[in-house]
Amino acid sequence: MKLSQVRDLLEAVVLSGESHLDDEVQSGFGCDLMSDVLCFAREDAILLTGLVNKQVLNTADMANMNSIIFVRNKMPSQEMIAMAKERNLLVMSTKYILFESCGILYSNGLKGAHLR
Amino acid sequence: MSYELIFDVKRGDFETAGEASRKIKHTLQQLGISNKIIRKVSIAGYEGEMNLAIHSSGGKIILEVGEKELILTIEDVGPGIQDLNLAMTEGWSTAGDEVRQMGFGAGMGLPNMKNNADDFEITSKIGEGTKIVMKFLV
Repeated sequence: MKLSQVRDLLEAVVLSGESHLDDEVQSGFGCDLMSDVLCFAREDAILLTGLVNKQVLNTADMANMNSIIFVRNKMPSQEMIAMAKERNLLVMSTKYILFESCGILYSNGLKGAHLR
Repeated sequence: MSYELIFDVKRGDFETAGEASRKIKHTLQQLGISNKIIRKVSIAGYEGEMNLAIHSSGGKIILEVGEKELILTIEDVGPGIQDLNLAMTEGWSTAGDEVRQMGFGAGMGLPNMKNNADDFEITSKIGEGTKIVMKFLV
């Protein structure tokens, strides 16, 4: 699935990293616990989370994940958006809650990022 | 060793925590290290950096780049870990609510560092500090 399709399905607002919208994504990982993202998430997965702080960007960046979707209308600060732009991370925000966001993407073919 | 970088990490500074790991990742990218190894070093380094900010009285991260291996040392000046076996157990953590609200403190950091490194050694002494040495084959 292209990330532009993820944006459309979730009616998401793109806040940074528009150049990644043509990239393909294989799987998703929905989680508010960054410790688990660092342990279990695959690098070809998008990260869906309701947690909004700088460490979410650091976590995705260190795990080589280049796209993050903030759920339940959570909006990162301007400072976070600037940080995401600097690191070329795709950041979006959707009105859907985490459960619905994951469900919409899953029912359209995106798989879960399996544990290693 | 042909290359060495040292970063200081302050206790409780979650505004800047992550910057050392970011610089380490950037350095390894510039050196042409493979993405797979960069990911392992970045994750282990970031877990270590967060541990320094969360648990230590301050410390440093040292990256040594050799021809055959990368060595990442996480070293602090205290307070030391009481029971290393317990600290290495998945799910065990002494982190407080503030840290957990940030998405950390799940007791996965040390085991995850060990999982990502090809070699992992930890030593700790109460009142003196903790030292972790991780090696990654290039």
